[in-house]
Amino acid sequence: MPSRELLNFQLNGHPVSTPCEASRVLLDLLREDLSLTGTKRGCDLGTCGCCAVLVDGRPTLSCLTLGRLVEGRSVTTIEGITPAQGLTPVQRAFVELGATQCGFCTPGFIVTATALLRDHPHPSHDEVVRAVAGNLCRCTGYLRIVAAIEKAAEESA
Amino acid sequence: MATTTPPSYRLLGGPIPYIEGPLKVTGRAEYTDDIKRPGQLVGRLLRSPWPHARLKSIDVREARATPGVFAVLTGEKYPIPFGVLPITHDETAIAVDKARYIGDIIAAVAASDERTAEAALAKIRFEVDALPEYADPRGGVDRVAEPIHARGLNGTNIQKEVVQHFGDVDAAFARAAVSVRVRGTFAGVTHGFTEPMATIAEATPDGRLTVWSATQVPHYLHRSLSEVLGLPMHRIRVIKPEVGGGFGGKSDPLPHEIVCAALALETGRPVKILFDREDVFYTNHGRHPTQNDVRIALDGDGRILAYDIEALIDGGAWSSFGTVTTYYNGVLGMGPYRVPNFRYKGRRVYTTKPPSGAMRAHGGTNLRYTIEVALDELAERTGRDPFDLRRENALPPNSRTVNEFLITSTSFVACLAAARKASGWDAKFRKLPFGRGVGLGCGFYISGSNSPIHFTPKMPQSTVHLKVDMDGGIAVHSMQADIGQGSNTLLAAIVAEVLGVDLARVHVQRVDSDVSPIDLGSYSSRVTFMMGNAARAAAEQLKAQLVRAAAERLQLPAEELEVGYERIHRRGDPTTGLSFLEALHAAMEPVGALTASGSYQTKAVGGSFKGARAGTAPAYSFAAYVAETEVDVETGEIHVEKIWAAFDCGRALNRLAVEGQIEGSIHMGLGQVLGESMNYRGARLFNPSLLEYKIPMPQQMPEVEILLVGADDPEGPFGAKEAGEGPLIATLPAVGNALYDAIGVRFTELPITPDRVLRGLDRRRAEGRVWKGD
Repeated sequence: MPSRELLNFQLNGHPVSTPCEASRVLLDLLREDLSLTGTKRGCDLGTCGCCAVLVDGRPTLSCLTLGRLVEGRSVTTIEGITPAQGLTPVQRAFVELGATQCGFCTPGFIVTATALLRDHPHPSHDEVVRAVAGNLCRCTGYLRIVAAIEKAAEESA
Repeated sequence: MATTTPPSYRLLGGPIPYIEGPLKVTGRAEYTDDIKRPGQLVGRLLRSPWPHARLKSIDVREARATPGVFAVLTGEKYPIPFGVLPITHDETAIAVDKARYIGDIIAAVAASDERTAEAALAKIRFEVDALPEYADPRGGVDRVAEPIHARGLNGTNIQKEVVQHFGDVDAAFARAAVSVRVRGTFAGVTHGFTEPMATIAEATPDGRLTVWSATQVPHYLHRSLSEVLGLPMHRIRVIKPEVGGGFGGKSDPLPHEIVCAALALETGRPVKILFDREDVFYTNHGRHPTQNDVRIALDGDGRILAYDIEALIDGGAWSSFGTVTTYYNGVLGMGPYRVPNFRYKGRRVYTTKPPSGAMRAHGGTNLRYTIEVALDELAERTGRDPFDLRRENALPPNSRTVNEFLITSTSFVACLAAARKASGWDAKFRKLPFGRGVGLGCGFYISGSNSPIHFTPKMPQSTVHLKVDMDGGIAVHSMQADIGQGSNTLLAAIVAEVLGVDLARVHVQRVDSDVSPIDLGSYSSRVTFMMGNAARAAAEQLKAQLVRAAAERLQLPAEELEVGYERIHRRGDPTTGLSFLEALHAAMEPVGALTASGSYQTKAVGGSFKGARAGTAPAYSFAAYVAETEVDVETGEIHVEKIWAAFDCGRALNRLAVEGQIEGSIHMGLGQVLGESMNYRGARLFNPSLLEYKIPMPQQMPEVEILLVGADDPEGPFGAKEAGEGPLIATLPAVGNALYDAIGVRFTELPITPDRVLRGLDRRRAEGRVWKGD
């Protein structure tokens, strides 16, 4: 039997203690073991960004991150970003501007954009484009995604 | 002459954010893989490592004996062939007798967990005879040693051959003032949706089977499950959760969906099959690798005299939509210009490669590129502006093509005018410095296929049911599939528009074959047009019930009433009336909850010759795009700076969705023209990942200026036509022709990669042809 030591970390602001094999990636841990399905599985290869979460506040591809590596750290998923009521400015702008179509890539973009605006409340256009360059969207052509992030930045200003 | 002002609407025509948007931006939208059933097993597929092989014997004893394995399936248990088109059922759930490509499913297991399933697959032993690999369709047009399918034409690998001739093409070329010939070569491309396929199936002791699947066409899946599994349709329930993009790739009933259901039947337990990205690439069904050969003749006045077209289409291992593909690669040349003489020979050939199928702007994209490049060349040779040449040849409204397509509304000429003006064409064409250029590309596309794929039993193309109870919430049932294009939102908006109610009253129910009336699903850009008309008809019925009840309560003739916002009142006098809820409760008093059903059926159009139905549609969209590009002549890199997209989708009912479709289409079109390619060594796909199959990144997107110039279509719902596929087509030739303007090289092989740019430049210089001083 592979070892399933307990892994301890902060998940969306609350302590979690869960068994985690050494080879288990964070994406599986979140989706399968902890039933947080907002984080999406697009490629398992770090090429699409659908599985982005924040680890200690930094956008991180959960499909390439071993669960054990978040021991003692803080993980924020799309569920942790979403307020109990209503939407964040980024989420609201995505809906209003049509930056989400099929929606499968959207949590990854929201996570990435949320981190960007926290660190750079007034990003330039190029900074926004660069920030989401690791996220793949096949529906929108990205224009509305970039516009939504810029709109959210303006509104928060 | 009387002129009419088009009506305006409360909701329709404006930007309408997606009703499920808040679920998607919070991760709460439920996709198939987000569902977990109690006791669920893991289904895994074994894929053929051989491009073509006879399966002599399969030993599954060891796999079956593995602890934690609940079932091992091979092909012989469910051998009934299926396929999306009733006339070409050539797929089986699992390979029977032969494997036909690297990636073909040859066995499946259901096990307690992923690791056990993978271990069991590794224990299955095969004895096979290797058969010849057929990677190049050119090798399959003559008799072959071992046809991939017994149904290939006369011992060849030809799946479908189409020969059509209208008018007299040879005579037209004989009297032509000028003609050109362009031969195009197109790599295969794939959909690249972000959600990998996933299916869950569960057989229950009441003798029913429930299947959740990421599908664009729940009804065809429903039919195929019934046919292959031998269960009546009413014992099967198909549910479509949220779908993370399709673009045609989830429109065939797919073998893994049937395998998953079979494993559920075998084990009595829920089974989930979740694809990884490699599975998605091997399943493919993307745009066909194609070679085409287009000759166009003009008379001395610049009028098109004739098209002479040939196409060789690489089908991969199965038919899929291939018969339609073969027709479309010719007949979708019939617009947007008048073509009085037309000849086409198209062949789709099976190869031992992942199957190609329907991908956004199916059948219309590769042909259009070659035609538009040929027209650009003709404009140059005859000293005409590319816009003028196209305008002078445009099909007029209410006309018929030589193969009897009925063109009703067209604002193509308005598209040309808008794109020319907005792009500043006249100041730029052939006037920008070397390395920079503008190009024009045009297109048209069907707004739904006039003939449904399934026409037995006879039924409408689209049906919508409404139910409203005393709470005033309106439940909408429909089997159209929202795959991100916004059809649920449009459905809700149409119902709210007709009934005059707040959009929040309308709840669109998830597709569930137990309760959703049949709609043929999301492909061929049919949904806005057909479902939209069905939704409107259903809502009008409900409205009539409400108005009748209100008239009785108000003691006024029904004709004197009209619907206002959340109110039914005397025409022009909002104070005399009832609120929506009052009218609803009055109408419900004798009958309880109100229900209504609306449907849409296409009218018969088209000729009576063989294949006449292919390409007929109740309406067509039109497009004229200008691309402005810059080429780095040192590295061969192409930068598309801006695209002006003039589009005629009739009335745009949801501006946000239409603009999103156009921008997304441009992105996908740019992918095909600039870099996407399914790369093969022989029959082996060697880039089955998003790392090596390069979809354009955010920084590669140009600025896009959208010009919606369509006039209301007479038959579309509230004047609308399609905007989901047509917007892709014009992107490719606009870029190709802009590159010619930039550096004087005609690119006829896609994708146009930097090495091809450099080779093209070298070739032109070697020919001694000077372009803009270079």
